[in-house]
Amino acid sequence: MSTTWWAVIIATLGCYAAKLGGHSVPEHVLERPLVRQISDALPIALLMALVAVQTFAVGQTLVLDARAAGLAAAIVALLLRAPFLVVVIVAAATAAAVRHLGWAV
Amino acid sequence: MSALTGDVGSDGATHWHEERRAIVVNAIGVGVAVAAYGVSFGAISVTGGLSVLQTQLLSALMFTGGSQFALVGVLIAGGGAISAVATSVMLGFRNAFYALAMAPVLQVRGVRRLIAAQLTIDESTAMAVGRAVEHDGGRAARLAFWATGLSVFVFWNLATVAGAVGAHALGDPKLWGLDAAIPAGFIALVWPRLNDRRSWAIGLCAAAVALALTPLLRPGVPVLLTSVVAVVAGVLAVRTKAGS
Repeated sequence: MSTTWWAVIIATLGCYAAKLGGHSVPEHVLERPLVRQISDALPIALLMALVAVQTFAVGQTLVLDARAAGLAAAIVALLLRAPFLVVVIVAAATAAAVRHLGWAV
Repeated sequence: MSALTGDVGSDGATHWHEERRAIVVNAIGVGVAVAAYGVSFGAISVTGGLSVLQTQLLSALMFTGGSQFALVGVLIAGGGAISAVATSVMLGFRNAFYALAMAPVLQVRGVRRLIAAQLTIDESTAMAVGRAVEHDGGRAARLAFWATGLSVFVFWNLATVAGAVGAHALGDPKLWGLDAAIPAGFIALVWPRLNDRRSWAIGLCAAAVALALTPLLRPGVPVLLTSVVAVVAGVLAVRTKAGS
């Protein structure tokens, strides 16, 4: 089996274990203040790191390309309280337009 | 009790009928909204090199968008399987806390608990926790959870099929800006959590750490290491509270 298959299977099991664990464990295990604080901060840190890397990196190289324009457009859409769907479409359309116009790769 | 329900009988029933309708309509609305994101997930995953089957299994069995995008995003970026799995599972860990909040409301055991666990995601929890449990014993919250969870499950999976199968017709995903849709999706996911100065500090710090480490480490590892930022932020928060 390929590495990708293993990644799909193990990550799927891990994510389900987290869901089921929360339904099954006694409350006090997860309710400790430090666990609570770290797990509140964890999605913020990981998602923002993913935003940064998925926008400004190609492999190990930092780049500035059409994705940056897409991200800027997404932030404007979010500031205007656009729904999720609109944010994603605006970002994709902006990046596509910037490429089409030859302003960025 | 019977006298009490007799008194409010028709009014209560009418009110519940309307509330139930509103909850189901909302649940379908949320499902439609996530569908667009599901289409981009399917398309990005398949154009990035995962098979249609792998992509579909992620939507059906992993069924938590942020983790799915993280897994696929890190794999496509060449980050390697271990980083991809670790990032994906760490992002999915928040669902454990949603489950913790939902368990007392749902009160389910056996197979129903296994199904409830699978449907415990951002959307279903958000729709349920917004409803006060006190006045109706959690009836509305339970309906909101199940209706939203099932609606998102159906729309998310249908959308994934459409995106995954349609991906080949799209050709180069960059032409449609689909590569920009990934970070846009992530920023939209994190946006509601950036509600104070502290969360902005955590987020910007993590972004800076990830970019600074990018030239030095294999793709995927920098994102993973920003979990240290979360640990430091957590320790600092607990210490500050203990000190005050």
